Amino acid sequence: MEVLLPFLIGTLFSVSLYFILHRHLFKLILGLILFGLATNLFLFVVGGISTGDVAIIPLDKEVAEDPFPDPVPQALLLTAIVIGFGLQAFAIVLIRRVYETLKSNNLDDLKTTDKT
Amino acid sequence: MLYTLLAGLLVAFAAPLLYNWLGRYTVFPLALLPLCLFLYFCAQVPQVLEGGSILQSVTWVPELGMNLTFQLDGLSLLFALLISFFGFLVVIYAYGYLGKHPLLGRFYMYLTLFMTSMLGVVMADNIFCLFLFWELTSISSYLLIGFNHDQKESRTSAWQALLVTGGGGLALMGGLILLSIASGSYTFSGMILSGSGEVVTHALYLPAVLLVLLGCFTKSAQFPFHFWLPNAMAAPTPVSAYLHSATMVKAGIYLLARLSPVLGGTELWMTALLVVGGTTAVAGALMALQQTDLKAILAYTTISALGLLVMMLGIGSVLAIEAMLVFLLAHALYKGTLFLVAGAVDHSTGTRQVSELRGLGRNMTYTGIAATLAALSMAGVISFFGFVGKELLYEASLESKVFNWFILGVNILAGITFVAVATLMSYRLFWAKTCHPTALLHHASPNLYLPPLVLGLIGLVFGLIAGLFPAPLLERAAVSILPRQHVHFELALWHGFTPVFGLSMLTLLLGYLLYRYLPGLYKTTPRLQKLYRYGPDSLYQAGFEGFLKEAKQFINTLQNGYLRNYIIYIVLFFCGLMLFVLWRDAPHVNLLGRADIWQELQLYEVILFVLVVAALLYILGTRSRLTSIVVMGLVGYSAALVYILYGAPDVAATQLLIETLTVVIFVLLLHKLPAFWYLSHQFRKYKFIAISILFGAVMTYTLLLVQEHAVESELKEFYGEASYLQAHGRNVVNVILVDFRGLDTLGEITVLAVAALGIFALLRLKPEKGGKP
Repeated sequence: MEVLLPFLIGTLFSVSLYFILHRHLFKLILGLILFGLATNLFLFVVGGISTGDVAIIPLDKEVAEDPFPDPVPQALLLTAIVIGFGLQAFAIVLIRRVYETLKSNNLDDLKTTDKT
Repeated sequence: MLYTLLAGLLVAFAAPLLYNWLGRYTVFPLALLPLCLFLYFCAQVPQVLEGGSILQSVTWVPELGMNLTFQLDGLSLLFALLISFFGFLVVIYAYGYLGKHPLLGRFYMYLTLFMTSMLGVVMADNIFCLFLFWELTSISSYLLIGFNHDQKESRTSAWQALLVTGGGGLALMGGLILLSIASGSYTFSGMILSGSGEVVTHALYLPAVLLVLLGCFTKSAQFPFHFWLPNAMAAPTPVSAYLHSATMVKAGIYLLARLSPVLGGTELWMTALLVVGGTTAVAGALMALQQTDLKAILAYTTISALGLLVMMLGIGSVLAIEAMLVFLLAHALYKGTLFLVAGAVDHSTGTRQVSELRGLGRNMTYTGIAATLAALSMAGVISFFGFVGKELLYEASLESKVFNWFILGVNILAGITFVAVATLMSYRLFWAKTCHPTALLHHASPNLYLPPLVLGLIGLVFGLIAGLFPAPLLERAAVSILPRQHVHFELALWHGFTPVFGLSMLTLLLGYLLYRYLPGLYKTTPRLQKLYRYGPDSLYQAGFEGFLKEAKQFINTLQNGYLRNYIIYIVLFFCGLMLFVLWRDAPHVNLLGRADIWQELQLYEVILFVLVVAALLYILGTRSRLTSIVVMGLVGYSAALVYILYGAPDVAATQLLIETLTVVIFVLLLHKLPAFWYLSHQFRKYKFIAISILFGAVMTYTLLLVQEHAVESELKEFYGEASYLQAHGRNVVNVILVDFRGLDTLGEITVLAVAALGIFALLRLKPEKGGKP
């Protein structure tokens, strides 16, 4: 699977970027969420992955013994996922509000600061 | 010396306040300052004449060689006397000229600031100190030219002068630093002591000389940087008289003279100064003849005179330096006077056009006398100081070892023009017989005619006692320029009937003939206008406008308001950087070599991969919003599966929860979100697809590389050992989050809280209700 993951993540990045470049607000959110997902997976893989064990110390031991996965990227990921969720939720609501106010779902209509 | 400068700065910034208290009488304290400075410098004269020079140093930033080191030798003292005396007269004159101006306080502030910085330039011994004051003169000149800031012409000219002299200042700084590297000294006195041979043969000599020359030529309005000076005539006339004829434009000459013992004597130095100075002198003279505005005429003759001074420095012989110094003094005296006269005429009649001014002598007798005295000096009539200067110029030209016919020709041409202009400025304006003398709006006040009269008289007196007073001081100044040569001046009015005297007379005759021919010349001038389209001024304008236009266009292209373009720039830049590094280092990725990994692939892993990729491709094509959300959820859950596969159950749990929440929010808000339809153009779509694929490919390649060159982290070992023993938790990831990096988690919670507040505000608060729920 390690060898497939880069291709999976690359595809994910491509699709999400394509959505972000789209003019449609809905697709923009989709793109943002997928982009966050891709970034998380990217970090996870970059941090070094191995199958099998988990980073939990068994009851009869006092220190973790190899092999166990690197806990640091996992901790970072947890934070990243939660913060990413905050961002996504805010973006969804913001875009809904933009649509309500400006009655447009076209990003290109939003290129000036003032309502026209 | 430091205190003189400090006093100047203090008075400069106090001027607007004084104006508030004293009103128009501000002139008294402000005139007192330059007078005191003048007297102070006069008191230094005996010591300098004995051959001493006064040094003063205050440590500033010694680590960088930046110290406030001042030196008062002959050259500095000559300039300091000129600056303070002119400053005194101009302050008085400005009172008559701008007396009722509401911003007089501000004007005096700029003027005093300029005078102080100019004194700083001529007294500075440290190069950084010099540069500081040099730039201050540029800035105060900018403020003074733009004094009538409600006129577009003033603002443009001020901006132009600042850009040209400021750009030159930048070059000068580079040149001075190179020079200090080459000579190993940060002070001029140190450079001169270390001897020029070392610097001249140094590898940095060429760039240093070119940069220093650039700085001096822009400041002293040498061709092709002369164009800012005539435009600077948009300044009030006292400023033109003070800055743009007598003092600031001579700063470049001063620095050239100051540095000539260090840099001079080479062929490059000589050729550059002779060619540039000569071109400037000729161009200035020719253009002066085509002008009909009094100040423009004077500005162009000033350019011409500056060219002559540069040329004399280029020759560099004792006689040439003598000629340079005498002519510099003479020029300052008569040109200052003529500018003040032009200002008085402008003030009294409301016009500066030569064609409209006639027979002013009847009503402006004193001004007329001042103009005549100055004009006689300018024309080089015997018994005036200008005559001494001109004789010396001719002598030095004849004696020059190189190009002597060229130099003499330039001198004579400039001399003829000066005679014609002098006749125009005095005879034509004031004394020529006419039936229709120009009517005066009001009579000139003593403030307007006394200063030029004083200057004009000094021009006459200096001529008569040339050997007595100015000569010893000028000799000391020449010693500063030529420290290694025996210098002895004998200025005398009468040399007998020498060939030079003959040349002088010839110049006068030809000049008068040229004057007779002037009206004819004015008629042909419009035909020459076409030529100016290719002049440096037009080039500057075109360059300036083009620069602004291009900058605007560049910003409009880059920041065009379309979000996706910004993203494209960022992504492409990132990809470019990555590709550059990949191309440079060319790391090797061996996919096929990892055949064992391919064989280890489990069936469920392949299914997961196919599932996600298929889902992603499907989401690209679907139009249904609901389908999109479901497929997106599928992808999110698949990511959670990946986390589980690689031993990250906590991450997987979080991912599952968050994905569920996201889908729920999406569905809840779905009916509020806009419907789908395709908006992109076909072409753009392909462009976006290409960019997306490029980005994905770069990321894939990066990941493959990272996998091949994995690095071990020491943190892993630390947390593995410390987790239970120190923090008493068995789940290492959780321990990191809540214990070791607990504050980070607090920050994360804060982010969520802020996001929640923002969401609440967006959903509940209505701006149309004044921001209430």
